[in-house]
This record gives sequence, C-alpha cells and structure tokens, in this order.
Amino acid sequence: MTAYTSDEMMTVAAARRLPNGAVCFVGIGLPSAACNLARLTHAPDLVLIYESGTVGTRPSVLPLSIGDGELAETARSVIPLPEIFTHYLQSGRVDVGFLGGAQIDRFGNLNSTVIGSYDAPKVRLPGAGGAPEIAMHVKELLIVMKQSARTFVERLDFRTTAGFLEGGDARARAGLPGGGPRAVITDFGEMTPDPVTRELVLGGIFDGVTADEARAACGWPLRVAGTVTRIAPPTNTELQTLRDLQERTRAAHARRVRITLPT
Amino acid sequence: MTGPAFVSLPDAMSRHVRDGMTVALEGFTHLIPFAAGHEIIRQRRRDLTLVRMTPDLIYDQMIGMGCASKLVFSWGGNPGVGSLHRLRDAVEHQWPRPLALDEHSHAGMVVRYAAGASGLPFGVLKGYTGTDLAAANKSQIATITCPFTGEALVALPALTPDVTVLHAQQADREGNVLLRGIVGACREAAQAARTLVVTVEEIVGRLDAPMNAFVIPAWQVASIAVVPGGAYPSYALGHYARDNAFYLAWDDIARDRSRFMEWMATHVLETSTHAEFLRLVGAVA
Repeated sequence: MTAYTSDEMMTVAAARRLPNGAVCFVGIGLPSAACNLARLTHAPDLVLIYESGTVGTRPSVLPLSIGDGELAETARSVIPLPEIFTHYLQSGRVDVGFLGGAQIDRFGNLNSTVIGSYDAPKVRLPGAGGAPEIAMHVKELLIVMKQSARTFVERLDFRTTAGFLEGGDARARAGLPGGGPRAVITDFGEMTPDPVTRELVLGGIFDGVTADEARAACGWPLRVAGTVTRIAPPTNTELQTLRDLQERTRAAHARRVRITLPT
Repeated sequence: MTGPAFVSLPDAMSRHVRDGMTVALEGFTHLIPFAAGHEIIRQRRRDLTLVRMTPDLIYDQMIGMGCASKLVFSWGGNPGVGSLHRLRDAVEHQWPRPLALDEHSHAGMVVRYAAGASGLPFGVLKGYTGTDLAAANKSQIATITCPFTGEALVALPALTPDVTVLHAQQADREGNVLLRGIVGACREAAQAARTLVVTVEEIVGRLDAPMNAFVIPAWQVASIAVVPGGAYPSYALGHYARDNAFYLAWDDIARDRSRFMEWMATHVLETSTHAEFLRLVGAVA
C-alpha cells in the first residue's frame, strides 16, 4: 500500500458514506472532492447538486468556486437559486448534505460565522451560506472537519447551523424536518451520534491513530464506543482516482484566462 | 414602453448610482459585474449599502476602498481560497470605516429578493431554526405563524435595491438582455430593483435565446453599457472562463492594507477603462 495523507484518508472515508443513486447537496473543498471520488468509483449514479443551481453535474475537474463554468457545462440542468433552495432543498428532495465549519460541538452544531462575539469578533468567518437550511432539510448530514481542541469545542462562539441542538429530542421538538448529522469525519476517524442522547461518539479510527489521541484532540470529554472499528485505508483504486482528479484540478486552476477584446 | 439608454460604463454608473444608495451587483460566482464595481470605485461613491449573496472579490475591493457603510449578504469568503481580507478588516477593525451587517443565509437572501421582485413586503421560508442568526439580526428576521396550518415560519423583509447592476452575455439592439449559465438570483434581483443597469459582453442583431431562456425585456432595463470582459476575473459562460488563478492570487494582494491600496490605485483608480484594466492584469489575449 502506498503512503497517503490524512486529507486523502478523510476524503476516501467521506466518499464511502455516499450510496449510489443518492441526491447529494455538495459544498466546496473536501466535500466536493469526496462526492466526485464516490461518483468516479462506487457510486456512478450519485446526483450532485451544487448550490449555484447546477443539478446532476459531472465535473471532470474539481471546481474552485461553487459556480465554476465546469459545473454548469456538465450539469443536467442549471436552475435559478430560489428554485434550488425552495423547490429542491426546502421541499425535502435532497438525501445527503455535506458541511464543514470552524467549530463543532458534541451535538454536531456548527459555527462558520465568528470567533469571539458577533458584534466585536476576533475573527470574522465567511458566514452561513447555504448551511443552515442544508442542515435543516436534508435527510442526513455528513460533516467533515479536521479535529483539534480549538475546533471541537465545549461551547460554540456562534451557532450558524443546527445539528442536534442540546441533544436528545431537542432537534425534533424545534421542528427541524431533516434527520440531522449522521456522521462526523475527522482526520482521526469517524464520530456518530448516540441514538438516544445524540452526543457524538467515536466509533471508528483510521490506521495509525489511537482513540486516546482522538480524545486528546477534542475540546469536550469525547465518548468512545465499546468497540471501535478500524477503518480500512484507501484502496489503490480510491487513491489513484482521487490523485488523478486532484492533478487535473491543479492544472486547470493554474491556467490563466485570456480574453479576446473586439478590435 | 421604451427601451434602455445605450451609454458608456462611466455614464451608466454616474447616471444611476449615487452616494447613500442601496445597490446590488448580483451574479452568483458567474457574471459578477466587476467592471461596474470598478467604475463605482473610480467615481468614489460613499455610504453605499451593498447587497450581494456572496460579496466576492468585487465587494472586498469596494469595501476596502471605502465605498460602503453597510453590507447585506449571506456568505463572505473568497470561494475555495479563504477569507475576504478587506471585508474582515472592516468588520474586525473598522478599516477603512465601520461596516454594518445585515446577515442572512443563502435561502434567506433568495427569499428576500423574490419578495422584492413580487411586490410583497416580506418573504417566507422554513429556515434559520435552531441558529443564532435571528438573535444577531433581530430587526430583519422574525417568526410568524401560518394562518392555515399553525406552523411556525420565518419572515424576512423584501429586498428592494435602488439599483441592481447585472452583467450579461448579450443584448439586442432594442435592449432585451440574455443571461445564460448559472443565473443565481439575478432574475429576482433585477425585478426587485427600482432601477436595473446592465453591462453586456456584446450587442447582437438577434439573441441566441431558446423559448424559455432567461431574457430580461428591454422595457425593464434603464441603461446598458457594452463592456467586453466585464465579469473578469469571474466569468461569462461562452466568452471566457473564471480566472481561478486570479482568485488564488487575490489572497496575498488583499491581506495587507498598503499592498491592497497600491494594487487598487494602479489597476483601478489609475486606469480609465475596463479594457485598460484587463491589459494591465494580463488578461487580454
């Protein structure tokens, strides 16, 4: 087995969680890499929707932005944003959503708005984007985030996006229709919510990682499942497909654009 | 009904965009009216309320150059790259001036534009539940009860910009405008505005528009300026691609105040046309 990076392991683990045929709302960055890796390997019929309005898109290189031309040109249809957010997302037509954030808490709530107070932030982050309604309406939410005690926190500075709120049945009581977080994929392994308390529990770890290391990199006392699964490293096919995709992407993004002006 | 005035870009901006106005330069990643934004910077507009779902590099530039006192938005990053450093500096350190925020989610912004386009005072969605957004933006996010089902829903005030500026691929000689590709919330932003100004890649005899294409009728457009490359470094599908290398390079340019000011002086303030800007950044074939 070739050596691989922790980003590659996270991407592969995320891709494996996407069933063939699912309708998936894709965010930019690692989620986009994972979704396209899944599409190019075990899930050729995955339906990828990017929030720019590209439905059923099959890009040959990963987009840098959520609305690169590549996404429009390889889409089944390109629709206006009000339609994406209301007819597709709000009406419950999306199976899987895929998010990250700057902070997460033990119930899978996310912050992508500010570090510090809202009115006088230490760090102003990009903000909500599509996240609150993606997390609200999709049948299941996957979260991908690198783990550290700074990002996996006891208390969020700002709740941009609802996971299981205060845990237990709080999410259902608040009237959030979607299923909530199904898994959190980190650079240590995977956490899944306890079926009753909804607290995230470390259930799987990657090769070369221990549960103690994962606990040490978490800002709350992380629960560990009775039996922790060892997650298989990337196969040669997964790794080669991902690397080819990243290589095509790097070449495409480095290409400068030249405009022909009328004379 | 009369069609638009065909004018130069400086005329289009000076005619319609005044200090203190609420202005939306829309286009979701695609067709962002960069040339129009640069012209607003050259004309040294002040105290604008800038509206865009994704402020992107163009509002980073306008905010950094002191054009804005308020931002209405839903996601303020450099897509796929990281921070908008000028936006952050304005919020974190009030540089070059304080910037008030009216912050929403994407779903909220599109509902607000759609309400504005529909002549309604507010729009309704199932959104924001369980988040701190409503508490952070109390005057702009309210909960209402559905009179038919009793369900709790979120109400957001309509967005009605004084001016919406769009970039499009084509207009015909009457002034009908065609947008192709990712259209974002352009249709809603166009019809929510009191005045619509459009820059286009080209004027054609006949629009390349199938029956259900997104065509804005001439009588809804106040002014049109022909600006080839007007969306660069974003893109115009069928004309040129997004310059992702430029978006990556912007991170370093914008990080430092003095480097940003120098770059803006050289590339925007000291150029007089968009073609000159494009040549200077090396974007012309």
